[in-house]
Amino acid sequence: MTADTAIAPHGGQTLRRSTRYRTLRRFTRHRLAMFGLVVIVLLVMACAIGPSLVPFDQFQLNMRARFREPFATVHILGTDELGRDLLARLLMAGRISLTIGFAAMVIAVTVGTIVGTIAGFYGGAIGSALMRFVDAVLCFPTIFLLLTLAALVSPSILTITLIIALTAWMEVARVVQGQIRALRERDFAVAAEAMGAPDRWIMFKELLPNAVAPIVVAATLIIARGILLESYVSYLGYGIQPPVASWGNMLEKAQQYLTTAPWLALLPGLMITLAVASFNFLGDGLRDALDPRSDLT
Amino acid sequence: MTPQPTTASADGPPLLEVRDLTVEFRGQTGKVAAVNGVSFDVRPGETLALVGESGSGKSVTSLAIMRLIQRAGGNRVGGSIRLRRRSGDTVDLLAVSEDEIREIRGTEIAMVFQEPMTSLNPVHTIGAQVAEGIVFHRRVSRKAALAEAVELLDLVGIPEPQRRIRNFPHQLSGGMRQRAMIAVALACKPNLLIADEPTTALDVTIQAQILELLQGLQRQTGMSIVFITHNLGVVAEVADRVLVMYAGRIVEEAGVVPLFGRPLMPYTQGLLRSVPRLDMMSGAHEELEAIPGNVPDPTAMPAGCAFHPRCAHFRPSLCDTAVPGLEPADPEHSVRCARWRDVAAGVPA
Repeated sequence: MTADTAIAPHGGQTLRRSTRYRTLRRFTRHRLAMFGLVVIVLLVMACAIGPSLVPFDQFQLNMRARFREPFATVHILGTDELGRDLLARLLMAGRISLTIGFAAMVIAVTVGTIVGTIAGFYGGAIGSALMRFVDAVLCFPTIFLLLTLAALVSPSILTITLIIALTAWMEVARVVQGQIRALRERDFAVAAEAMGAPDRWIMFKELLPNAVAPIVVAATLIIARGILLESYVSYLGYGIQPPVASWGNMLEKAQQYLTTAPWLALLPGLMITLAVASFNFLGDGLRDALDPRSDLT
Repeated sequence: MTPQPTTASADGPPLLEVRDLTVEFRGQTGKVAAVNGVSFDVRPGETLALVGESGSGKSVTSLAIMRLIQRAGGNRVGGSIRLRRRSGDTVDLLAVSEDEIREIRGTEIAMVFQEPMTSLNPVHTIGAQVAEGIVFHRRVSRKAALAEAVELLDLVGIPEPQRRIRNFPHQLSGGMRQRAMIAVALACKPNLLIADEPTTALDVTIQAQILELLQGLQRQTGMSIVFITHNLGVVAEVADRVLVMYAGRIVEEAGVVPLFGRPLMPYTQGLLRSVPRLDMMSGAHEELEAIPGNVPDPTAMPAGCAFHPRCAHFRPSLCDTAVPGLEPADPEHSVRCARWRDVAAGVPA
C-alpha cells in the first residue's frame, strides 16, 4: 500500500509516532473512508475552483438552448428549463450546500461541546438540567422543527445554517457529556484539581483534549446531516431561494420535468448522495481508526 | 534500611492540625464513616507516615486535607483541618472559600498520587504539565514557566530535561513518570507534600530511588511530608513519626523507633509480624504470620474496638462494648487498645 510506505517509520521511532502511525494505517485501510475522503476533496476543489473554469455563468439564461442533454453540446452536463448551464449551477450550488453543512457543523460542535462539557463536569443539578434540556430538544421531530422555523424567519444562508445547527448540536452535547463525565473521574483530573487548577482549566485544557476523537467523528456526521437537511428544506421551498442555486432547490424545479429531462433531477440528487455518503463513510472510518480497540479484531 | 533519626524540628507550632476529622459517605446502603474522629499534627519539616490496610481511611484522610471530597450527595466532612499558611495566618481548610482553597492547593499543599501512569494527562507534554501549576498560580509567561519546568525536572533527577519536556507521559518509564509527577507537585514549592502510596506501583529498585529523591528534596526545601503507605519497609525508611490507622480510626501513634521497637497495639504487632525478615531464612522454617480475617465491612462495623474479631488479645465484654480511647503510653506514643498494658507487659494472649 503506497500510504504505508510513505509514512513507514525508519527505526528508532517513538511510541507516539507508532500509535499515530497505527491510527493512520487503520484509516488508510478503511476503503470506504478513503473513498469518502477522495470524493470530498474532489467535490470541495471542484466547487471552489470549478465555477471559474466553466465558460458559463450560473445565472446566464439562454432561451434558445433549453433542456440540452448532457454530453451533447458545449454545455457538458446540459441545460435546465431556462437554458442555464447545469454544471455551473451544480458547482455554485455545491458551494452553498457544502458551506452550510460545514458552518452548521462548526456552530453545532461549538455549542454542543460547551453544553456537554459543562453538564459533564458539574453533573448534579446543573448537569441534569442541561441534559434534560438536550433531551427535550432532541424529542422535536427535526424536519417539522426545521420547516416551522424556516417558515418563520426569512430564508438566507445564515438563517438556514443557524436553523440546521439548532437541530444538530444535541448529539455533540450528549457525546461530550458522556466523555467528560468519565474523564473527570480519572486521576489526572483529580491531580490537576489538587494543583489548584480552576474549573475552566480542568474542563477545557485537561479533559476536552482527551475527548477530541469522538467529537471529530460526530462533526463529520453532522456535515452530512447538514447537507441533507439543507436539501430537504430547499426542496420544500423554505430554504435557499431561487435564482440562487442549492442542490435541494435544483431538485425541486426539476421534478416537473422528471420524464422529459430526468438529468435535471438525477444530477443534483447524485451530488447530494455523493456528498452525504462520503461524509458518512469518512465519519465511520475516523471512528474505527481513532478507536484503539479496533486493533484487537 | 535503618530507621532515620528524627530530624524534624519538633518545637514550634505545627504546620497542620487535624482535629476530629470525620468523613461520611452516603451510599445506597446508608451512611458509611470512612474516617472517624481522626486527630493529628504535622510538624514543620517532618515526615509523617499514615499506615494501614486498604479501606483504613488513610487515602480519604489525605483527600479531605486537599478538600477533594465531593460534599454533594449527602457526603459529610466534619472536624477541622487547620493549616498555618506562609503568611502566618492559620486557616481551617474545611471552612475557607473555594478561591482560597484553590490558591492553597499546589502552592502550600501538593499531592503525589499512586499511579504515575494515570495521574499525568496523556495528551499534554511533560513540560506543559510541570509548567501548568506555575502558569495558573503565578501568572508568568508560558516560556518562563517552561524554563522553570526544565529546572524542576533536573531537580527530580530526570536526565536531559531540555529534551524530556517535549515528551509525552507514555514515552517515559514508570519511575520517570513518578519523578515527573513529583516535579509537578513541587512546581510551586509547597510546604506540605502529601504522597499517597507514591511507590506502590513501581518496582523495588525504582521505589528506593523515589524514596531517596523525596528525602533529598525534603532536606533541600524543608517541606513536611505526609506519606501514605501500607508498606512498613517504606515507613522504616522515610518516616519520623507513624500513625497506624484501622477502620477509619487512629489506633497507634508513635515515633518510628518506638513504634518498630515496642509496638503496643495488637494490630500494629500483627502488621510488623507479617513483614518478611531476613533472619527467618536461618534454621527453622518459620511461617510468615498473617493477621487472620479481613478489614471489617464499613457498613457493619463490629461493636467496641473494630479490631476485636481479629485480635488474639480479645477479651469478651471488655473489647466488644466500647471503643477504647487513644491513651498516651509515653509522651510520644499513644495507643487505642483496652489491653495495651497487658500487651506491653507481654501477658500471653
